[in-house]
Parts: sequence; structure tokens; C-alpha cells
Amino acid sequence: MNRPLFETDAATRLRIIDCDIHPSPKSPAALFPFMEKHWVEHLQTYGTHMRQALIGQLAYPRMTANGMRMDSKPEVGPPGSDLKMLREQHLDPLGIEVGNLIALSRGGMEERNPDLAAAMASACNDWQIADWLEPEPRLRGGIVVAQDNPESAVAEIEKHAGDKRFVQVIMSTRPNETLGTRKYWPIYRAAAEAGLPVGLHPVGYSNGKPSSGSGWPSFYFQEHYTFVPGAESLVTSLVIEGVLEAFPTLKIAIIEGGFSWAPALGWRMDRHFDTFHKEVPHLKRKPSEYMKDHFWWATQPMEEPKKPRDIIDVIEWIGWDRLMYSSDYPHWDYDDAYRIFRFPVEDEQRDAVLSGNASKLYGFQ
Amino acid sequence: MPTRTPLRIDADFHLPQASIDDLLPYLDEFWRGQVVDRELPSMPFRLTSYPPNSPLTKNPDFEGLDVSAALDKFGTDVAIASMLHGAVALHNPDMRAVLMSAVNDYVAKEWLDREPRLRGSIYVSGEDIAASVAEIERLAGDKRFVQVLLLAMQEIHHGNRQYWPIYEACEKHGLTLAVHAGGLYRLPPSVSGWPSYQFEDYVMQSMVFENILTALVGEGVFHKFPDLNVVLLESGFAWLPTIIWRNDKTWRGVRPEVPWLDRKPSEIMAGRVFLSLQPSDPPGPEELKQIIKHIGGTDMLLYSTDYPHRQFSGSDPLPAGLPEEALPDILSGNALKAYPRLAAEPALREAAAILEETT
Repeated sequence: MNRPLFETDAATRLRIIDCDIHPSPKSPAALFPFMEKHWVEHLQTYGTHMRQALIGQLAYPRMTANGMRMDSKPEVGPPGSDLKMLREQHLDPLGIEVGNLIALSRGGMEERNPDLAAAMASACNDWQIADWLEPEPRLRGGIVVAQDNPESAVAEIEKHAGDKRFVQVIMSTRPNETLGTRKYWPIYRAAAEAGLPVGLHPVGYSNGKPSSGSGWPSFYFQEHYTFVPGAESLVTSLVIEGVLEAFPTLKIAIIEGGFSWAPALGWRMDRHFDTFHKEVPHLKRKPSEYMKDHFWWATQPMEEPKKPRDIIDVIEWIGWDRLMYSSDYPHWDYDDAYRIFRFPVEDEQRDAVLSGNASKLYGFQ
Repeated sequence: MPTRTPLRIDADFHLPQASIDDLLPYLDEFWRGQVVDRELPSMPFRLTSYPPNSPLTKNPDFEGLDVSAALDKFGTDVAIASMLHGAVALHNPDMRAVLMSAVNDYVAKEWLDREPRLRGSIYVSGEDIAASVAEIERLAGDKRFVQVLLLAMQEIHHGNRQYWPIYEACEKHGLTLAVHAGGLYRLPPSVSGWPSYQFEDYVMQSMVFENILTALVGEGVFHKFPDLNVVLLESGFAWLPTIIWRNDKTWRGVRPEVPWLDRKPSEIMAGRVFLSLQPSDPPGPEELKQIIKHIGGTDMLLYSTDYPHRQFSGSDPLPAGLPEEALPDILSGNALKAYPRLAAEPALREAAAILEETT
């Protein structure tokens, strides 16, 4: 039966898996216990070395509360740094069964110093275990890797692959090279062998390249949009450079990159495949087929077309079995699972998006 | 040219590239000496975005079809022509400016004088605003130039205030601002870096256009220049639904930052932004209809062949699935709205009016 979700009986408990929760350290020093002493001293003396102008801040100030929900700031530390608050504001009231952590800050993914990057990624993963996964069984981790030090990334994946609480590998979406390039293939090999999907989530740190192919935006209004072409370019790169031909079991989750553009990108790659196919003989199938077989998509920020049903056309193309609910807690553009469907859905479709698809991708029972 | 078949205006049509030897007559003595001494005539000046023998640049179906034959073949009444000359990529601002002026003069003399169906583009660099404004002023009196042409990938995106003197000159002279795919290769086409293959680079061009359009809207170009229209060429258009939905939604959250956006971005774009029809990426009529439904109509689409680039097979540049009743507007009506200089031509106005009466 077609009916809007918000009309369902409030007493009905839905299974909800949230594919995008951002944990934050109380302070940079919160990661020091997970690092060798010389790296702590290095950070205290030299700090990080990111390829951007400002230390520890983005050059596009967000609109309110540094891009966070205004109600999400705990007494101590930044939003997302307090487990009790995460439970009270998000996990408990929404009845989140499983929440995937995407640890973007202090994970070293955009750090230039390759050894420091590896140490930061490693510390970030151990911190996830100690401060989040141990005390809260509803949470799952993502293995943060310093992708521009691929050897360290492979070692980090192998180190945690046996720990079932880690459910995916997290790489920077602002790497030194596009993610399809062969430099990163050892990481994909390790992820595929471990049976772990790769989760790709936009990051704000510039890493030396403008956030748009036409240059640096001036306003956050534009910077916010760059997440979309940024994610499109990653999918393009992974497909055309042949990653998915080389690693046929690899699965990729596009998180906070949007999904409404997926059909248009698949069509565009297919449309021009004839013109270019001799340049890329490693591709054995139409580009859109790789997209359909290898990619999963998180919902937030949910598109809101003027005619809400238009979004159904898009989901039909990517598949009702490929879309996964995500909240982006504690960010300002947070989506509530009970409010994302502004169009009619079948119960099975709703359940697939809210929990079933993520459950299958990440192997939750 | 009164006609009962819809007038056909081709918004994206490319002229064969002039060699440096071809341009010598359009240089002064000093620059002729410089160009010859520095052996520029031996250099191809081709953009990496369009390798000359790639099937992208040279549609095998157009083999042996010269400019006039191509206009005949597609029944074109007017084609807005451009020559994507590599001079735009030079770093020396003086040499770049004189060579680009020579290209514009060459187009006027060798093409616009000889083929009355052609209209021209004032080709300028985004890297030297003063030189570009001067070039627009120099050529604005020639009404056969109907647009000012910038490449999509410069060093700075097109919404930035530093370009506004160019837009001011466009608006003053009734010239449309056109942005064509391709670039200087100074910035990677994506936030994640440089792709390995030309295929990727070409696919990513549409993403560059998404950012350009968001920048033009966000930075307030349409507010600042209320009579300026923008045409995106070889951009694709199937990406429009996402940008419309997303910009309208983001605007609700961030409008204090961009207070000049006094309406939804989709409303600001309406009637001001036009895109060439080719390449039409949707694979079939159903998908095309879906995109048109999501965009909310065909008012932004301009008929184009993209000759001699390869965007379609066979002889029909019109993809299947366009609504029959919208064809006259797609073929020319929308272009007459996009290009004030075309609308000002009595013959075109008359042809359009006759068409209006007969449909």
C-alpha cells in the first residue's frame, strides 16, 4: 500500500540503520594516548601539515555553529564528541539499531607527512574502538586509512579486518590523485580481500585542489554544492580507470555525496563510451553497469524536488536495494529517518532504505 | 528567409582551426616578427580538451562535410560559430591577447563575410580582464558577433567578481555570455584531482558546468546584470535536476550568506540560463522525457549540432523524446530569447513571427 511514512502508526518501531554519524575527539589531545610519544611531540611542536591555508579551520565558514546542529554542543568538547549526547539526541529517540561512524577529523587522511598521516589514521581507529565501539554496541567503525601512504593503508586494513566492529574502509575524497588511479589499487585489493566496502564521504579540507573543477568558490552556498560534483568525479574515476573491473567484488558506498545525479552520470558515461572505448580497453562493460553493480548510496541530504515524486524516478534507476538512510549527525543538514520520505513508498521499500540495504551491504544480522 | 518549417538556429557550431600562418595577416609588424622568430607557425595550438584526430573532435559521420555543406545538411538557418583556438592557453598576456584578437578578426573576415548563415563569438581570455573588455569594446560594433566566449575551465570560476567587467561589457552591448567545455589544464577537473584518461576528463566537464552554474547564481551575477543571459555549450543538461533541487534546498539554509538571492535559485535561472542540446546524454526517449519533467520543461534548451564534434550518430541532431509542441522553441524560439542580438535581426524576427502565426 502506498502511503507517506509520517502517517504510519507512531507506535510502530521501524528498524533503522544510520550510515553516517560523525564522532569527534574532545580535543586533538584525545588521540595522543593512541600514538607513539614522538608523534605526540611532533604534533605539539609542528602541528599537522595540511595543504590548505588555515590551521584547524575551514576557509568556508559554515552558517551556524560551525556547520553543526545548534543543539548538539556538549558542555565540554565539540559536537559529536559526547557519547551520552549522541545516545540521547539521536540513537535513542530514533531507535537507531546500528550507526556507522565516519570519523573525518584528525584521521590524517589529508595530512602531507606520510608517516604522520599513517600514525594519525591508526590512532583514529584505536580511538574509535576505545571511546565509541567498546562502550556503545550499537555503533560500528570505519577503518580510516592514509590513502596517500598506500602501504600503511593496507597494513591498517589488515590490522582491523578481523574485528567485526569495523564494517568499511574510509578514504579521503580529496586524495592526492583521483581515487581511480593505480596508486590506490592495493587499498582496494585489501578491502576486497577483507570483504569490506569502501565508504567515500566528502571532506572540507582542500588538499591543495579547488573544490570545483572551475576554481575556488567564494561562498559556502557554492562550496556546499561541490560535494555533488566531487562525488560524481569519484564515481567516474573509479569506473573509467577500471577499479571495478580489476576488483569485481569491491563495493563502494557514496555517503553524503547525493544520489539524484547517478542516472545522469551513468547515461553520460554510456553516451560517450562509444567515442572513447578504444582509449579504455580495460572496460569490458558499459560504465553504468559497473555503477549499478558496485555502488550503494546514502540518503542525506535528501533531495527535495518541487514535485517530491520526481525522486522516485531516480531511485528506480539506482535500485530500491541500493539506497541507505543516513543522518549526518551532528551536522546542520541532519536528516531525521522519519521525515525523509516526502513521497509515497511501499513498506518494503521504506524498510529496505531504512535498514535492509545497509544490513546486507555491511553484513549486519 | 520566411519559412513555414521552424527556423533552425544552431547554438554550438565549430569552425576549423586557423593556423598561425593564417593569422599572420591580422598581426602588426612587431607581432608578426615575434611570431615568426619564435617559430609559432610550427606549433599546432590545439587544446588538449579536443585532440584533433579523436572521434570526439572529428565525427566520422561528418567526413568530407565542410562548413557550408554541414549547414546545408542540417537545414541550418543560423549557426553560432566558435573557433576554440589554443592561443587562449598561453601565459604571456600580450601574445595571448593579440593572437586571440587575430582569431576574432580572422573569423569575421574569412567566415562571417563569406557565409551569411554564420554568427560569431568574441573569444576572450578569462585571465586578463582588461584585455578582454577591450576586445569586446573593439568588436561590439559588428553585430554579427552575438556572444562572448569563455572556456569552462579557467583558473577562477565564472561567478567570481573579478570577471564582472566582462559581464558588464556583455550586458552593455547585448552580447550573451557563452561558456564552452574545455579548459586551460591549470586546474584538475575534479576536487579529487587529475584523471588518467581523456574519457574521464570529458565526462567530468559536466561537473565543471554544475559548479559554474552554481557560482554564477550564488555570486549574484544574474542579480547584478539583469539583462545578461548565459549559454552553456557542450555542457550536457541531464545534470540539471540535481542542481535545481539542491540549490533550492541549500538556499533555504544559507540565504543570509547570499542575500542577493531574493528568490529560489531555480527561479533566478529561469529565462536567463540556456544550454545546448548536444550532447544529449539520456539514452532514450523515456529518459529524456524524465529529465525534461524534472527540469520542468524545455525552455532552457537550445538546438545544437556541435559540428564537427561527435555527439550523435546519423544525420538527426534532435534526440528522440523531445515534445513535438516544443520543437519550434528548441530549434529557434529559445535562442531568440537567449541572444538579444539575434532577436534584434529583422529577418529572424520576421521568420519567428511568421512561425508564431502558423503554429
